Amino acid sequence: MTEHTTIETRLAALTRSAPEGVLDTVMRKTDLADEYTVIDGPTGPAYVAWNGRGITAFVPTEAVGSRDDFESRHPRQASFVDTPPDRLAKHLDHTIETGRLGSLPVDLSSIGEFQRMVLEKCSEIPPGEIRPYGWIAREIGNPGAVRAVGTALGRNPVPVLIPCHRVVRTDGRIGNYAYGTPMKRSLLEHEGLDPEAIEAQARHGIHLVGSDTTGIYCYPTCRHAKRITDAHRVEFRSETAAEDADYRPCKACRPAA
Amino acid sequence: MTTDLDRLTNRLAVDRDGAFPDLVTTLQDGVFSGVLQFTRNRQDAEDVTQETFVRVYRALGGYDEDRIRELQLRPWVWTIALNLCRNRARTIKRHPETALVDDRLDHTTDTAEEAAANADLLVWRRRLAGLTGPQRTAVVLHHVVGLPYTEIAESTGRSESTTRSDARRGLAGLRTMIEEETP
Repeated sequence: MTEHTTIETRLAALTRSAPEGVLDTVMRKTDLADEYTVIDGPTGPAYVAWNGRGITAFVPTEAVGSRDDFESRHPRQASFVDTPPDRLAKHLDHTIETGRLGSLPVDLSSIGEFQRMVLEKCSEIPPGEIRPYGWIAREIGNPGAVRAVGTALGRNPVPVLIPCHRVVRTDGRIGNYAYGTPMKRSLLEHEGLDPEAIEAQARHGIHLVGSDTTGIYCYPTCRHAKRITDAHRVEFRSETAAEDADYRPCKACRPAA
Repeated sequence: MTTDLDRLTNRLAVDRDGAFPDLVTTLQDGVFSGVLQFTRNRQDAEDVTQETFVRVYRALGGYDEDRIRELQLRPWVWTIALNLCRNRARTIKRHPETALVDDRLDHTTDTAEEAAANADLLVWRRRLAGLTGPQRTAVVLHHVVGLPYTEIAESTGRSESTTRSDARRGLAGLRTMIEEETP
């Protein structure tokens, strides 16, 4: 063997395997892999996952089961960690405590424009209030898309945090929920609502309420509607009925365009 | 001829997120081995290797399907890696206080065999440091990483013939150093 070959062979022997953590770190830094943990949600423990852009999933543990089950149904690789990072922990606590999304970052980057508009609108509904599917459709400028709104909400990656449980059927029934109607009901009860009473009221044809002192009508769960005393409370079947009685829609809950 | 890298490039074009982990596993050993010769220590080499792939992913995000298909994957990745090595070297020169780290390549050598391999790495790194930049790049990328000259030329922007003569002169330089080490 000549010395020339020796040098080349010895140089070739300088190759090394990359350290084990390279792929994992790269996957996390490119947001291709998420981290997740278990936190206390409003109605029990929940898996919460995130990447650099924000929260990517929120699922009550009772709805999925074990960590393995969560990991296999999560759309990306996810690794378990003990606590969420500081940048998220504070906002997450605040959202769970107040029922408002606030400044909690949610990663909606892999979600289409329509669904993003639906979810953003949905997150404006205050805790303890409900709106019909048609309200979201109208608010996002697409009043005919009631069904599509239902589908978009059904695929909400972060239920509870983006409160799709606060959106109900136009006929007043509580309606479906990705994790089952009982969970939707208990989330609403947790916010001080009475799903039974809401449905009973709707069955009696009451969909809107007004105050005869202000001449304004609201959705029954609107914070302004809750302040109307029995003596001044007027009930309406529909927006047309309210308008015919010379009432105008509330600017907070916007029951009409 | 369709190579594994061509197939990977095509998969990246249609399913960037799905194929990207394979790009990392396919190229990470080569990138790490080369970068190890251009940085101060193992930690730096690991950082630069990771950062290379993060930048690769971000750059891919701005390319459409056709542009990804036309990519010469390995030289392109090496262009990014070499830039990062250069930037890091420049930062260290400007802020010498950050250079005060242990210069050994690896602290975690368990066996005698690993320690010997590590010592060997240090000896060669010192010798390679005695070459000109282009010579060192050509020698490391061709003889350590195993890149063909066309790909090295592609990633450095120099011509293939210049790259060949850089590598030849580099090897000659190394030979002289070895002869001088053992009188």
